[in-house]
This record gives sequence, structure tokens and C-alpha cells, in this order.
Amino acid sequence: MSKDTHIDTTDNDRRKRPALLFDVAAYLRTLREISIALITFTIIAWLIWRGALAMEYNWQWYRVSPFFYRIVDDEFIFGPLYWGLLKTLKLAFIAGILAIIIGFITAFARMSNSRAGSNIATFYLEAIRNTPLIVQLFLFYFVLAPIFGIDRFWAGVLCLAFFEGSFAAEIIRGGIQGVDRGQFEAGDAAGLTTYNKYRYIIVPQSMPLILPPLTGLLISLIKHSAIVSVIAVSELTTTGLNLISDTFMAFEVWFIIAGIYLTLTITLSIGVGQLEKKLNVASSSNRS
Amino acid sequence: MSDNKIGTPLVEITGLSKWYGDFSALYDINLTVSSGEKVVVCGPSGSGKSTMIRCINQLEEHQVGTIFVDGREVKPGMKNIEEVRRDVGMVFQSFNLFPHLSVVDNLTIGPMRNKGISKAEATEIAMHFLERVHIAEQADKYPPQLSGGQQQRVAIARALCLKPKIMLFDEPTSALDPEMIAGVLDIMIELAEDGMTMICVTHEMGFARKVADRIVFMDEGEIVEVAEPETFFNNPSTDRSKLFLSQLLGH
Repeated sequence: MSKDTHIDTTDNDRRKRPALLFDVAAYLRTLREISIALITFTIIAWLIWRGALAMEYNWQWYRVSPFFYRIVDDEFIFGPLYWGLLKTLKLAFIAGILAIIIGFITAFARMSNSRAGSNIATFYLEAIRNTPLIVQLFLFYFVLAPIFGIDRFWAGVLCLAFFEGSFAAEIIRGGIQGVDRGQFEAGDAAGLTTYNKYRYIIVPQSMPLILPPLTGLLISLIKHSAIVSVIAVSELTTTGLNLISDTFMAFEVWFIIAGIYLTLTITLSIGVGQLEKKLNVASSSNRS
Repeated sequence: MSDNKIGTPLVEITGLSKWYGDFSALYDINLTVSSGEKVVVCGPSGSGKSTMIRCINQLEEHQVGTIFVDGREVKPGMKNIEEVRRDVGMVFQSFNLFPHLSVVDNLTIGPMRNKGISKAEATEIAMHFLERVHIAEQADKYPPQLSGGQQQRVAIARALCLKPKIMLFDEPTSALDPEMIAGVLDIMIELAEDGMTMICVTHEMGFARKVADRIVFMDEGEIVEVAEPETFFNNPSTDRSKLFLSQLLGH
């Protein structure tokens, strides 16, 4: 009901919530959980260190900084990992945008009354979801790329876009079908064209349903982008492979590569988490 | 109210039938509503009242029969159905306001997108109709912040903003708390007095008696009786309408 219901302040004073006492038991419980986690991580780290020692692995962490940057004659030069990371970001960014566009087109084609549209969309979804990603990549690189004259970077981008686009399509379709039927009817009854109905009424309301799973999709897109290393697109993973063949520092390089991916994806989830919180605040102020 | 000047036919329904699968939802409906006329449709739940009026703006598709709205035939899958819908205002049982838009934006979106008029002009129209439903001070709130009665009045204003030739009401007070009903009915009565053509599906018999030119009584997908309110309430001609009225007024 009405949000601005008048609250009787005197009554609220009388019914004041008591201040919470410091809960010692809960504090000790938290402390115990944290120590268990710390001990587990320590044990794992120790096992890795001991295993590496047993195989007489020569840790050379002091050699990794040039992977990121070097300073030659007072000049700052970016290292290979920087360029690899940049390529990965570019790859994921373009593929992500294309995937969302493909997702919207496919979702609407599937929901449309057009038999051709929904058949083509369904065929695309089934084809993508029932073949291995790496086989799709080879198809794009060895078959489509020469036919259409596209380079390996764009073959990788398109392959990832079509792969993730198929999942985006189902997320978007789910979000749109999650909007209350009455909203479609109200849009129709208001005489809106189909385009305006979706543009101003349905899609905005489906966003809170679409955004969280779509973030998950973008995160997996960043991870899946590593696969284009098999067609030698010079992104992060390819850079890692090259560094290892140059330096034989397999342990350090893979730890670093994994760390970079982890940082990327966690940053993205935190960022979108904040955005969602904002969205929720905005939409919950509408629902009291 | 029956001495209102009644003009040309606005909605003409002839031989309308509709099936859900094999279930016959509507059968051989014939009804003509002229401009300025107020028709109240009543009947037990599941009798096809809502389905019938939803066929008029094609929220439901019929299979047999013809419907003309202001001289244009509406039929399933037709192109430009939105042009007909702009002449037909509709108020739903569950309000169906757009929860992501403020009250005033709920009202301006139709005129702005359908007729391409400016935001300022659309806002002016919106405020005019919000005042008419006595809710102008809530213009900047969002629908979920309003009570049910307020929401339904906004919904009526939203439909009016399109300057419709006819208003369809699909049980507008059925989802409201009892103390909210009167406010909404008052608006509808004012609207009727202003000469709006209306088809109302409702169980509010007091409203029907006061406003209706004709009562259409439906049962099991068919029109059983059409009569003026006095005749219908005092002297119903069929057993089914007698039974319905006794159940409705009996307690």
C-alpha cells in the first residue's frame, strides 16, 4: 500500500528496537571458520610447493616482471602479457556485444509467429549447443574464414559471438516471457505497435530478469575466449604458451595467467553486482 | 440515463463464436453498441463476458463471425490492428499499469508513441485526465506506490488519454478492496454522464442500474437476455437470469 503511510513517532519511540548485545559465541564461530579456511589454503600451498620441490622445479618468480613491462633507457615498454590481456579484452568485448545482438535477434525470431524465423532460430540454437565449441572454432577458422576472407581474430570473435549468442538468446527469451502477460495486453490495448510495445514496455521490465544471467554469460565468454589460442590469436593464453616456450617457466606463467583471468572475471561480477543493487533499489522503490 | 441521444453503431458483433481447442467459449454472439450507449455485461464467472469484450480489440482472437469497430472490421492476424485499438480504451481487472514508468509516463507513452506528439503536449493531456480522475497529485509516483483504487483510476485516465471512441471495462472493481470501489465507480459514472460509449463487464448491479442503457446477460458463452435495467432487474424474462439475480441479490 501507500509508501508514505504516516508513522506515529511517539508510538515508534515507545516500541523502540533494543540495541544488540555483543554476541561472543557468534564472534568465536566466525573466527573458527576463518581459521579453517586459512589452514586449508596453507596446506594446499604447501603441497604444491613440496611437489615442485620434489620434481626439482626451479621457481624463478624474479624473472616474471618483464612479462608485464620493462624499462629500457628510462623508457617504459609494455610486456607481452599486457598486449595479450588487451587482445583478450578486445576479443571478449566485441564478441560480447555481438552475442547480445545475436541473442536478441534469435530470441525474437524464436518467439515470432513467422515459421521461417522460428525454424532458423531453433536450428541455430540446436546446432550450436550440440557441437563442441572447438569444432565450431575449426569450422569458422578453416572453412568460413577462407570463404569469406576473414582473419583469425575475427574468426575467433565470430565463433565466440555465435556460441555465446545461443545462450544469450535463451536468457533473453526467458526474461521476456517472465514479464506479466497483463503488460503485453496493456501495451496492445494502448495501441502501441509491436516494436514500441517491446521497446518501452516489455524489454525494460525484463532487464532485471535478464541482467544477472547475462553477466554470468559474459564471464564465461572471457573464460571461453582462451580457446582461440588454438588458432593462434595472440590473446592472453597464446601469450602464456609463447612465454613458456621461451622461458620454460610453466608454473609461474600459468599461475599468472589464471590470476589475470580470475581478476578480470571477479572485477566484472563485482561491477555488475553493484549495478544490480542499483537496479534493485530503483525497482524496489517502485514496489513497496 | 436511457434518454441519452444514441447515435450510429460503433461496435457491431455478428455471429461471433470462439473455441479454446474444442471448448466453446463464445457461441453466436450478436450485439450492436451505438455511440453514446452504455452497455453492462453481466453473468456468472466463466460465461464468456470478458472473452467477448476482449475480442473487440483482439486481445482474444475469434474464429467465426464478424466484428466491426467504427466501420472497420477487426479480424485475427490483421495488419494495423493497433489503429483500431487506439479507438478502443480498455481497463483491466488487474489494472496492468506499467510498473517501471511513473504515473504521468504511463499516460503519456500512448499519445507520444502512437501519435508522435511532444512530451510537453502529452504531459498536458495526461495532467488533464489525471485531474479528471482526481489523482493529479500522484503524477510523479510509481504505480506500485498507489492503492488499488488509485491505480485503477490511473488506468482509466491512461485509456482516456488516447481519446478513444469507446471504453471497455473488464471487471474494473473486482480486484479492489471494498472501500476503494466507490471511487472508481464514481469516475465511471462521471464518464458515462459525459456521453462516453461504454461496455462494462461488472458485478456492480447498483452501477448497472444507474448507468446502463441496456444490460446484456450472458451464460455459458451465449447471450441469454438483453434488456433495459428496469426490465432486467424487476422482471427478467429467462429462468437463468432470474436464478443469477436471486443469487446475486439474495443475500
